[in-house]
Amino acid sequence: MPTTAPALEIDGLIKDFGPVGALDGRMMRVLDGVNLRALHGAVTVLLGANGAGKTTTLECAQGLQRANGGLVRLLGEDPYRASPHLRARVGVMLQDGGLPPSVRPLALLRHVASMYSAPLPVDALAERLGLDEFGAVSIRRLSGGQKQRLALACALVGRPEVVFLDEPSAGLDPQSRTIVFDLIRELRADGLAVILTTHLLDDAQRLADYVYIVEGGRTVAEGTVAELTADKDSDGVRELRFDTVPGLTLPPELLPHLRQLESEPGQYVLRGELTASDVAHLAQWWAACGVMPTTISLAPRSLEDVFLDISGRSIR
Amino acid sequence: MRATSGTQGAAVTSPSRATSGSAAGLPARILRQGAYESLAMLRNGEQLVLAIVLPLLALAALVITPLLDAHGPSRIDIAAPGVLALCTMSTAFTGQGIATGFDRRYGVLRFLSTTPLGRSGLILGKAVAVVAVLAVQLVVIGGAAVLLGWSPRPEGILPAALLLLVGSAAFTALGLLVAGTLRPEATLAVTNLVWILLAAAGGILIPASGLPTAVEPLISVLPSAALGDGLRSALLDGVLDPIACLVLLAWASLASLAAIRWFKWS
Repeated sequence: MPTTAPALEIDGLIKDFGPVGALDGRMMRVLDGVNLRALHGAVTVLLGANGAGKTTTLECAQGLQRANGGLVRLLGEDPYRASPHLRARVGVMLQDGGLPPSVRPLALLRHVASMYSAPLPVDALAERLGLDEFGAVSIRRLSGGQKQRLALACALVGRPEVVFLDEPSAGLDPQSRTIVFDLIRELRADGLAVILTTHLLDDAQRLADYVYIVEGGRTVAEGTVAELTADKDSDGVRELRFDTVPGLTLPPELLPHLRQLESEPGQYVLRGELTASDVAHLAQWWAACGVMPTTISLAPRSLEDVFLDISGRSIR
Repeated sequence: MRATSGTQGAAVTSPSRATSGSAAGLPARILRQGAYESLAMLRNGEQLVLAIVLPLLALAALVITPLLDAHGPSRIDIAAPGVLALCTMSTAFTGQGIATGFDRRYGVLRFLSTTPLGRSGLILGKAVAVVAVLAVQLVVIGGAAVLLGWSPRPEGILPAALLLLVGSAAFTALGLLVAGTLRPEATLAVTNLVWILLAAAGGILIPASGLPTAVEPLISVLPSAALGDGLRSALLDGVLDPIACLVLLAWASLASLAAIRWFKWS
């Protein structure tokens, strides 16, 4: 029976690194109040820009780093003092892979499997992740996507109840991406707690049951994608894109509440709360300029808008 | 059997609660890590040169040249214990230091410490690997020495085995200390340089008593001289040198404490 207790509970997590330099003994605070709760049968996403503290949060949860303050409970235990039995219930895929370059992929997977008393069948797992296509070459010859798939297999081979995936889509080609994303959904359906980090809004939007936005070492917002992108004050349209001739300048007084940018020559993006009368004003302006856009599209508030509203900057 | 691949997806990942996430037993984990690491060392070309080829060359050189003639009647009897000490330094210090330094760089140490193996299992696995590779070296190098006419004192075998174990512990701890505190390129340079310096003038191949009297007291407290001289006392005279044993124990303890204090896993 899957338990209803959270698989991972983090409360007010604080982590300092340092000393910063040899002469300067000051510590640098990298995490300053991360709160997080991850449930079984759900994909929990830590979303944030590079350097926001996502990986350090995962490392504290995995027991690779000792917290300087706050509470971390992984399956009810302190992960820094994890017993082998606790580690056997948790699978980890590190951001840099943790793969020895001179070893062959299947030899590594077999070795990792040998640390568990009842691992998944290595051949079937390798086939499922397409590792058998490159099982005989050494790891240093693998592409980024192939390494990510191998690291994922190493995280799953012990039949974990909780898996940590640090930037699982980094370096993935489209084929690997489909394999990995399908597998993540399958793990969720099987009742695992999947905890992953990403700086890609699209990944978060596609995979997450629950999102924590991490910014400056803190969790600054949380909710389902629908909750985070819900918009009480407008009809929910937050973006208008149109393509036409390059070099047009929208008069600033025309739609002052919208952010305007020409992302590529001839491709325009307006962001903000859009109403029908805004669209009418825009159409009048096009007519006055004598242009007709080739495409026009509206989009609801996305995680990107949420991130912009919170941090005042783009995630990239 | 690959025919069922299309329908196996769910079965592959589904962690049936009855069997989910259980660790293999502690001895099994440590022995498997030890076997994995010793095979990795024996398959690696540079490591093999360090572990087997260079000690064999040293053995041949000491038997052919008159370097050891001042220390006793039989060149091979004096040379062989020193070369076994050199083997220990090759595998435990330089070999394990370089392997660990690069594993640390690639995140292998961090990843394995999240599996049931854990940090302590990883270190114990390395100790098993050192002993296993050393056993291979003893067979190969010891066998070559016997072919060259080496006849160690039988009553010295047990003291020699004890010294080899304590010496392995001391050199492994020193190798891990270097690997855990320096970049892997620096570890490579330092462990190779120290190996050459100690092999040449560390009392390991040539007895410390043969060195200039001004440096002899300094050299004889090095782990290299303690292991070399200790093995020579055991295998030439059949006695356990207590001073050598204490010096090696001291190095093993101090280096282990320092490694525990300063080793960085990432």
